[in-house]
Amino acid sequence: MTIRPSGDTMLLVEWEQSIDPVVNRRAIELAHRLQRRIGHAVHDIVPSYCAVGIHFDPLRTDLTALEQAVEDEARQVQDLEPDMAGPIVEIGVRYGSADGPDLDAVAAWAGCSAADVVERHASRTYRVYMLGFVPGFAYMGRVDETIAAPRRRVPRDHVPAGSVGIAGAQTGVYPIASPGGWQLIGRTDVVMFDAARATPSLLQAGDLVRFVPTRMPA
Amino acid sequence: MTAAIHVLRPGLLTSVQDLGRWGHQASGVPVAGPMDSFSHRLANLLVGNAAGAATLEITLIGPELEFEGAAMVAVCGAEFDMTANGQPIATGASVVVSSGTRLHFGRRRAGARAYLAVGGGIETPLTLGSRATHLVSRMGGHHGRALAAGDHLPLASAPPPPVVRKSLGLTLPSGRARLRVLPGPQIDWFPAEALRTLTNVSFRISPRSNRMGYRLEGPPLTRTRDGEPISEPLAFGAIQVPSAGEPILLMADRQTAGGYPKIASVISADLPIAGQLAPGDFIEFALCSHRDAATALIARERPLLRVLDATPRP
Repeated sequence: MTIRPSGDTMLLVEWEQSIDPVVNRRAIELAHRLQRRIGHAVHDIVPSYCAVGIHFDPLRTDLTALEQAVEDEARQVQDLEPDMAGPIVEIGVRYGSADGPDLDAVAAWAGCSAADVVERHASRTYRVYMLGFVPGFAYMGRVDETIAAPRRRVPRDHVPAGSVGIAGAQTGVYPIASPGGWQLIGRTDVVMFDAARATPSLLQAGDLVRFVPTRMPA
Repeated sequence: MTAAIHVLRPGLLTSVQDLGRWGHQASGVPVAGPMDSFSHRLANLLVGNAAGAATLEITLIGPELEFEGAAMVAVCGAEFDMTANGQPIATGASVVVSSGTRLHFGRRRAGARAYLAVGGGIETPLTLGSRATHLVSRMGGHHGRALAAGDHLPLASAPPPPVVRKSLGLTLPSGRARLRVLPGPQIDWFPAEALRTLTNVSFRISPRSNRMGYRLEGPPLTRTRDGEPISEPLAFGAIQVPSAGEPILLMADRQTAGGYPKIASVISADLPIAGQLAPGDFIEFALCSHRDAATALIARERPLLRVLDATPRP
């Protein structure tokens, strides 16, 4: 674990470069602890796969004191065990057809049927490692390696809101219409992000998710 | 009737901005906010607002606005030939405009972005505690978008005019700027020669630049490693380098996290200068120390403190 500045407005806490539930849990837990301890004194605390960024105002921050607080709390999360099984968020998905225009391409890549892709995508429980890209976009993993097709060579200019995609070992749902390069296999009506809700983002880092087919491909 | 700004012509890209939507990046919500936070805050202080009141960020080609209700206004940052009902008015000073006044932004003289503050602030609805417009996620500001002809922006009732009405603004760059940088968190992904190239060559801001970031045209920056780091949090001013070697300077609408190695970060003191650059302008980067960055930031902020000091307190 290292703590170092990124420019003069952010401290970055980093663990070994890995996509690993235990490392990710450390990052999320550190972000929670720091929120409670110094959340009032900094701009933002942001966990990612294996790092935490602490954004601060350099004119109003004693960097030495901040580093000390971060180091103290980081030591507390060093020996965390893997998550206990938590509640699972279920997301209903209409797989294939116009809702999942890349389902057949993923099946061809995997050398299986479209129904097999759906079965493999919907049979796993995924972990939300982090949110980013646009509000409410959750990076989830890991996708069954037999269907972990890479991003499209040419991204789409317009991916409809609710589209469910695969990009290698990651899967996710586009909360709003946006450009995007993930392989689209289905679509959901679940509202992933709504700024007017008490908790705007449906998913938080560390959550567990299952996709439930509400329609199988023809 | 509530006071409002009626947009007659929107200009190239005019958006509502405040100091940004902080505290929600863990949910993927980008911060947004002004490209030049110094000029945004100075304009607010000149009309007696708190530094975080919402202003209009005006980009390259200015708007024409009609005031429905009297207001005190100040424009800081980029210099335009401005008129109020045809009479020239100055940048960097507060001015009272009467109801029905048409504020016209004419030819741009220097800089890229002007900030129009109005006494009391622009009162578009708050989204997650902020009025900042984030264009890509269509959040905040006026319906999450740049202004269009016919828009009406509600104004808050104004506090009494402050005594101080003028301040020296930024020294605006003209076609090129020198920006000081600190080594980035993935400096070890690059050979020493890449940092030398970054700090010895002028980079041109590509036309494919926007509020999210400036793509920088110049010699490609080589890397010592293949692949990409795993996505991690990003800060304003970070310079990330995709595998093709064309650096991107991350600006106000940057994503919350990203997976390209970062060779350097522009210091806070120089970000307002970066915000006054336009496509086609050149940037020279110069390495500095954390101590230099702190000293430079205090010097940068001094004019803002002077405005506050000269404002009488009750």
